[in-house]
Amino acid sequence: MATTTEETGRSSSAHSGSDGATPAPRGDGRFVDRHIGPREDDVRQMLDAMGYDSLDSLIDTLVPENIRDRRPLDLPPARSEQEVIAALQRMASQNTVFKTYIGMGYSDCFTPPVIQRNILENPGWYTAYTPYQAEIAQGRLEALLNFQTMVSDLTGLEVANASLLDEATAAAEAMTLSHAVSTSDAHRYLIDAGCHPQTIAVVETRAEARGIEVVVAPPATFEFDASVFGALVQYPSTEGKIEDFRAVCDRAHAVGALVTAATDLLALALLVPPGEWGADIAVGNSQRFGVPLGYGGPHAAFFATRDDYKRQIPGRIIGVSKDRSGQPALRMALQTREQHIRRDKATSNICTAQVLLAVIASMYGVYHGPEGIRRIAERVHRLAARFAEGVKQLGYEVAHAVFFDTVAIDVPAGQVPKIVAAARERNMNLREVTATRLGVAFDETTTETDLSDLLAAFALGRPADVDLTDVPMRIPAAQRRTTSYLTHPVFHRYRSETEMLRYLKQLEAKDLSLTAAMIPLGSCTMKLNATAEMVPITWAGFGGLHPFAPREQAQGYTELFRDLEAQLAEITGFDAVSLQPNAGSQGEFCGLLTIRAYHRARGEPGRITCLIPQSAHGTNPASAVMAGMTVVPVATDAGGNIDMQDLQAKAEKHRETLGALMVTYPSTHGVFEAGIRQVCEIIHANGGQVYMDGANLNAQVGLCRPGDIGADVCHLNLHKTFCIPHGGGGPGMGPIAVASHLAPYLPDHPVVPLGREAPCGTVSAAPWGSPSILPISWAYLALMGPDGLTEATRIAILNANYIAHRIKEHFPLLYSGTAGLIGHECILDTRPFKKSAGVDVEDVAKRLIDFSFHPPTVSFPVPGTLMVEPTESEPKRELDRFCDAMIAIRQEIREIEEGRAEPGNNILSYAPHTIADVISDTWDRPYSRERAGYPSAETREHKVWPAVGRIDRAYGDRHLICSCPPLEAYGEV
Amino acid sequence: MSNVPDDLLYSEEHEYVRKIDDDLIEIGITDYAQGELGDIVFVSLPKVGEEFDQGQVFGTIEAVKAVSELFSPASGEVTEVNGAIDADPAVVNTDPYGDGWMVRIRLSAPGELEALLNSEAYSQHIGE
Repeated sequence: MATTTEETGRSSSAHSGSDGATPAPRGDGRFVDRHIGPREDDVRQMLDAMGYDSLDSLIDTLVPENIRDRRPLDLPPARSEQEVIAALQRMASQNTVFKTYIGMGYSDCFTPPVIQRNILENPGWYTAYTPYQAEIAQGRLEALLNFQTMVSDLTGLEVANASLLDEATAAAEAMTLSHAVSTSDAHRYLIDAGCHPQTIAVVETRAEARGIEVVVAPPATFEFDASVFGALVQYPSTEGKIEDFRAVCDRAHAVGALVTAATDLLALALLVPPGEWGADIAVGNSQRFGVPLGYGGPHAAFFATRDDYKRQIPGRIIGVSKDRSGQPALRMALQTREQHIRRDKATSNICTAQVLLAVIASMYGVYHGPEGIRRIAERVHRLAARFAEGVKQLGYEVAHAVFFDTVAIDVPAGQVPKIVAAARERNMNLREVTATRLGVAFDETTTETDLSDLLAAFALGRPADVDLTDVPMRIPAAQRRTTSYLTHPVFHRYRSETEMLRYLKQLEAKDLSLTAAMIPLGSCTMKLNATAEMVPITWAGFGGLHPFAPREQAQGYTELFRDLEAQLAEITGFDAVSLQPNAGSQGEFCGLLTIRAYHRARGEPGRITCLIPQSAHGTNPASAVMAGMTVVPVATDAGGNIDMQDLQAKAEKHRETLGALMVTYPSTHGVFEAGIRQVCEIIHANGGQVYMDGANLNAQVGLCRPGDIGADVCHLNLHKTFCIPHGGGGPGMGPIAVASHLAPYLPDHPVVPLGREAPCGTVSAAPWGSPSILPISWAYLALMGPDGLTEATRIAILNANYIAHRIKEHFPLLYSGTAGLIGHECILDTRPFKKSAGVDVEDVAKRLIDFSFHPPTVSFPVPGTLMVEPTESEPKRELDRFCDAMIAIRQEIREIEEGRAEPGNNILSYAPHTIADVISDTWDRPYSRERAGYPSAETREHKVWPAVGRIDRAYGDRHLICSCPPLEAYGEV
Repeated sequence: MSNVPDDLLYSEEHEYVRKIDDDLIEIGITDYAQGELGDIVFVSLPKVGEEFDQGQVFGTIEAVKAVSELFSPASGEVTEVNGAIDADPAVVNTDPYGDGWMVRIRLSAPGELEALLNSEAYSQHIGE
């Protein structure tokens, strides 16, 4: 096919804005060539191999013409790395970082530099994926086990998970757990009026959707009767008050209700922990353990509970199991509880954690140890106590006598604005609680000078002559902690920086990240996280802002949000964007709430039926149920496509109640369904709205747009398509884009009003989710420009089809669309080998580890298969290395099929091979050590060895241990 | 081939029923079911005294890769629960018809058992 297609024309016209003379989109030294793996020669060779004369003809054959958008994306032209960093520096400089005393669940802190450089700024940690392949993830699994141990110790509860998205959603999950384990049909949930307002808003939103009635009141007035299944209290309260909740717990337990404490890990270094005073669940934000404020996130929330409820814990849990040789080995436990197995019966749609941030928080614990944590806590408390004494001497009333780090001060009417202004003059932000009450929250970074400045602000021009000698602690003996914490040796061993550095590096070296090899996980889009995109995230101008700082101090962020929202709207073909959802799952929930609010506003509250194709990711039905909808599955045909007849029939059958269809495009099976427009039309004709799951948007950018196809709302996984790194299992961002008729219903925020007309509620603790990682996506868009983005999509599709082309003779390709082509990912079938050789999908996946690869997605969306998504960033050489490995493995399977190797006792069944395996003095395997450990020439040059052998998955789930085992158990591992 | 003992009754959902006396039965999952599920890691069972209708969910069973609901093959009240499963769920894999039994139920409508499958019909049901 000739190159003079509309595509080419589009390229030259679109970037004529930057350097009009150059028509070719590649090869002129721009960033797109750094982001995209294959060189132009490679592209030609790959196309030749597949029998296409141009990339255009491949794309034209694949993408249905009726959805194709041949207009260039209306985005600014590509800029260089230097220009983009300069632009972000300018934005960061327009954010004004004041000292924050606002509190409300966010406290400034010091990120120990050894942790900042070696974890937060280190691609060895931030480019890894969720630790599904435990054998090559023991490093971060250990860090997460440390996190769980730390949370469990500090909260006084037996079991903690590996983190959740934020404190508010963790509190909502606690409510859901309390409801799920309730044996009665109680429907009422009590919330402490002293909870953070954002927590109350998020829990109320979640409750309303599920038909749970919420009562917000002071805990002393809680009325526990048979209608109540749980209560949430804040400890210490949002105003800093420490209450004794023992009696509340007794009253709750008498009616079988569970009590959740939203709490603060640093406070728990000094206070009786919730587990000791009767709470059943503890949640909170671990941010102040070394994670920058970031204008609201990302941070790791924690969730801990009693042993009785461990099987109901939402999110990920790391457990201790053992490997083939009996050595202790870590893995994610209890994965069958997840939504992708339970679907609409799941109690939570949470798929992810905030791994990178949880790792930082856990390392903060390792770095400081129990003495260090206690020292910080005591210092913060003493500052608060002395400040309280100071304002008292200045004539103000301290509202709560017992507090940890936050002091509430009652001031005469009319003085709040004056004191706030006096503080602003000193570059300080206070919390305005009411017209006559101020809040001042202290943290690790507060200095003596700050204390003097604060008192000077409160003195309002008078001399701040106060005597702050011998000020007593404000925590009475009955509420002081007496039990120890962080007793495990890991919190004692690494006090010097040399040892700390080596510990971090030892853990990193156990894991396979993008720094070592392709991570071809289907549906995960493990593309380049470019350094230029990552550099800004640790700048103070982005990291230092409190989420509730005055808007005028965040002008750089305001510009960033506006710009990013506009660009995402253009890319998706929609009109408005909400950046609030913190993950794809939250985007789904939020999008469905928006749809429900729309139906209600039109007087059709009964539109709650949600059609979901059987091939959809399990999070879809879980999200629909959370949003108060009823799931009706739609059949999919043998090709994974929606069965149009069944869709038509179901849509018509439910036409009175049809609320939405959730559809993934290209389909979960990686196929561009030609009938997608018709799908949308059928739903609209029957009164429903179309929710498009954006998980596969990487195959659409610049080629087609959800809004043009007929969808009404979609979410975007910024951590997939738009380069936010996966962080080893979080953070993520799942903003939603909507058509104009849904815009009034986007979520709002109780503390920072966003001006929505008729919001569907609040879905995250912070108004814009996790702002400090948004510069990454902004930088990606700026660096790539419209041509680059489109080229990335085209190469992502080329790479996937090239792999499919090379492997399909060896492994059956499960699905393909037009002309035998696939979208940006392909599914390889390994099921036939179960019968022919006793080899299952796990064996193939684990053997790939021996070749120094991260295996593709295992058994999703089809059990017994591998889903491969190479992304545009992988070079041809790496694609070929992968194909060669797969073909070699096929050969090893053939040896079994032909009787040259024994089923169950072969090189696949013992994979992956550790160094210990292959250098052992005893070797009784029917194959050579060399083939086991060095299966390809490349592995001799470089290889990530698995830290442990294949892990016994059943053992860990049967004997669940989720905190650090005694050190001896680790042995020499 | 799965083991399908002749002296038991079966539901289409792969529970077996052993008649202990006229109105008391023992319930578990079949050898075929445990084989399909793979390594069983946890079984959630009801408490003594709980009542179930025929076909109602009385528990869940979790394997490494899958989770499945347990359907009561007959209506009645739970009189005994096999506590040994909690300590060692693998017993359902190794001895589904023996030590891997799950609950005993006092039947409220013994006639319901007539609707269950015999070993021959169940073997046919699972295609063996």
